[in-house]
Amino acid sequence: MTVRLQREDFDAAAEAAAMTRGRTDIGAVVTFTGICRDHEAGQGVTALTLEHYPGMAEEEIARHVEEAQARWPLLGVTVIHRYGRLVPGDNIVLVVTASAHRAAAFEAAEFLMDYLKTRAPFWKQEERPQGNAWVEAKQTDDAAAGRWDRPSERDAAE
Amino acid sequence: MSVTLRYFAWVRERIGKTEEVVDLPAGIRTVGDVVAWLAGRGEEYAYAFENPKVVRAAIDRAHVRADAAVAGAREIAFFPPMTGG
Repeated sequence: MTVRLQREDFDAAAEAAAMTRGRTDIGAVVTFTGICRDHEAGQGVTALTLEHYPGMAEEEIARHVEEAQARWPLLGVTVIHRYGRLVPGDNIVLVVTASAHRAAAFEAAEFLMDYLKTRAPFWKQEERPQGNAWVEAKQTDDAAAGRWDRPSERDAAE
Repeated sequence: MSVTLRYFAWVRERIGKTEEVVDLPAGIRTVGDVVAWLAGRGEEYAYAFENPKVVRAAIDRAHVRADAAVAGAREIAFFPPMTGG
């Protein structure tokens, strides 16, 4: 498991290559990259600043990686999340999952992204021509994360 | 009980501090009690917690709900719903 929080950019292809190098048991690698875009809800976005809770963010992500490893037969997981000021076109987040077969790699990557969106302590502030605004949490993201909850966890996740 | 309070995103902006060490008065048992006490400390706190159901909390870096007990907490953080990823 690799979890990194950093200001610097990352190289998705290099991270995926590092995961599979020298191994012959991996049959599937899924690489997801979240990228800063130049618009949100029809409005222009000139930059994005990501604030995080140092310490808790690493621990929270690591907990969810462990959860993913418990649910799917993963052979490798890498999560890299950037913080600081980013401009459109910049990478924000990387999730790489490896498994023997594709279903586990796809599902685990989606699970991790859904949880990063709703449970990892990061907050985005957008710079727009009209002024800065904190991004509001989306109900669609909560719903996406909620589909992974086991019945006993639904209450705690609210 | 002395505890470090940390604030993030617009909670931090509204209160005007990133963190502070406070002595919680006797009788405060839960995160919700802390929020109610903070909201009475001044306009900036009242503004930050004007809709207390929106503000999330963590005790010692783990998510908690408003009814969580604060006894023994070293660090309590308050922040808006998360928007990472």
